[in-house]
Amino acid sequence: MTTVAEPRLLGEPVEAYVPKLDPKQVIDLARQAGLTGRGGAGFPVGRKLAAVAATGRPAMVIANGAEGEPGSEKDRYLLTHQPHLVLDGLQLVARACHASALFLYAPPAALEPVRRALWDRRREAVSVRLAPAPSTFVAGEASAAAAAVVGGGAIPADKMVRLAKREMPTLVQNVETLAHLALVARHGAEWFRTRGTQDEPGTFLATVGGAVVNPQVVEAGYGVPLGELLAAAGGPSGPLSAVLVGGYHGGWVPADPELPVSRAGLDSYGATPGAGVVTALPASSCGLRETARIVEYLAGQVSGQCGPCLNGLPRMASALSDLAHHRIWLGMTSEVDRLRGLVTGRGACHHPDATARLIGSAMRMFHEDVTAHLKGECVAR
Amino acid sequence: MRLHIDRTACDGRGLCAELLPELLESDEWGFPMARGSSGVPEELTRAARRAVDRCPKLAFHLAPGS
Amino acid sequence: MTSDALWFVGRGSGVISLVLLTVVVALGIGARSGRTPFDLPRFAVNLLHRNAALTAIVFLAAHIISLLIDPLAPITIFDAIFPFSSTYRPFWQGLGTLGMELMAAILLTTLFRHRLGARGWRAVHWLAYLCWPVALAHGLGTGSDNNTWWLWAITMICLAAVAAAVFWRVSPRFDPPRRRVAVRPFEEVR
Repeated sequence: MTTVAEPRLLGEPVEAYVPKLDPKQVIDLARQAGLTGRGGAGFPVGRKLAAVAATGRPAMVIANGAEGEPGSEKDRYLLTHQPHLVLDGLQLVARACHASALFLYAPPAALEPVRRALWDRRREAVSVRLAPAPSTFVAGEASAAAAAVVGGGAIPADKMVRLAKREMPTLVQNVETLAHLALVARHGAEWFRTRGTQDEPGTFLATVGGAVVNPQVVEAGYGVPLGELLAAAGGPSGPLSAVLVGGYHGGWVPADPELPVSRAGLDSYGATPGAGVVTALPASSCGLRETARIVEYLAGQVSGQCGPCLNGLPRMASALSDLAHHRIWLGMTSEVDRLRGLVTGRGACHHPDATARLIGSAMRMFHEDVTAHLKGECVAR
Repeated sequence: MRLHIDRTACDGRGLCAELLPELLESDEWGFPMARGSSGVPEELTRAARRAVDRCPKLAFHLAPGS
Repeated sequence: MTSDALWFVGRGSGVISLVLLTVVVALGIGARSGRTPFDLPRFAVNLLHRNAALTAIVFLAAHIISLLIDPLAPITIFDAIFPFSSTYRPFWQGLGTLGMELMAAILLTTLFRHRLGARGWRAVHWLAYLCWPVALAHGLGTGSDNNTWWLWAITMICLAAVAAAVFWRVSPRFDPPRRRVAVRPFEEVR
């Protein structure tokens, strides 16, 4: 069943409960449930846990609620609404990989409810350190989180040595992922798989915004039709021209109510559900202008470490802005394509890749608009 | 072996692209760019090691794998 | 070898070492440019910098060893290890010992720089800017040739070479490495 009904994470707030499971049981549960990361990349949790556990060294575990994505609200909402589920999950993964240090990394405002929840759990002999996250876009990237919790700058690091294989193995999991794991530990892997699709089981939190009547955080199974997600937020507030799925690092898809929101369903548009940001674009807005605005923002969020990203993103932003605002020059679309190829795969994190991918999806989705803009027109009504 | 460039350390000095023109070129900003895959063929391992040794920012690495 | 020969080797190798060090320092300053001097390939500048440095160290070793075994030179092993302890011109001779030790530090950290990391290696490498003037002063102050026109001429040429490199480095024509804006401090954007 892939409807928006029957909330799991968004149900009644729960009290702390951490079943007695040994490390292997936790990893097996995550594997059997087919749980994947909800922070955007969608990496299988069982594999990540196993990689950290296999080092045999005490690990550092970080619950990541940094949520630098401007369109996303779900992690903050979850930390406010269900802090105990997140902390339960954090304790479970800590057990699975013999953690010696536990962190919860989130914007200062989102740490408040967690602080209260930790006070409720003060009898437990588990110490969770609260680390404030800056509100920059890349602050939530895993290696940036790992640097920030130990007092460094929240900027991505080189990954020749993977986080899981560092001298101190480091596990970074999104807070929603941890909450799902806590539910799997309570109700079992089979229960978890009763929602979502065969290949992408479970529910996810979506922040549905843009041109909808009641923007809000919605829980749905993977594969939910796009129309149902939008309806859960009060439905479109008018005619739509497209929907941005996966946030600023996501991709544009048509506003087709039947479109299944899952990796498989969005793949042909070069998009993924990512961290569940779903933003509806009204037909009255120009998709190219909107994309140009987003890319300009992303270019401003470059951490300044990697040359291709530092030099390439502003160039892409200005070319796209020229196109959006009818400052036409010869070969501008092929220049955008060339720059996309030039930055892809050449950063320490995926910021350049994802920015290039977003632009690619915009050029495909709004190709009629591109043609119109080159002629000095615009299709937005 | 494969090439790994620590992009956070690389300053675009360009020595690696000069020493390994078979595998790397410099982009318009001077930063190294792989011509194809990042794999290092057997016969270029020595040249690659030299490039690793000469990088003034210690940003250039040879990592196991292909 | 006669003491005379040792005395010539000692002075000659010292002067050659100083000239080579000057080349090394000038190339080191120039190597930071986006444009290399005389449009040499960058790896060539880099290798020249390294090989000149290694050759300078060989001549420095010859300089020290020949003067140590020369029975007439008033220097002991003790003086060659502890700066400013010599009885003969302790200050000027001590500069030589100090310069040698700085060079040893630069050499060792460079040999192990892949283990040391870029930051530590760079910090020690900056000592070159102390090492070179120390060596220059040592040559003028200690040398028994310090009244000769040719030693003064060589010293002045060395000084001019490094001054030219510095001048080029700070001139607007110096093309800095392509990238570096410093890592942008993250201001809160909310």
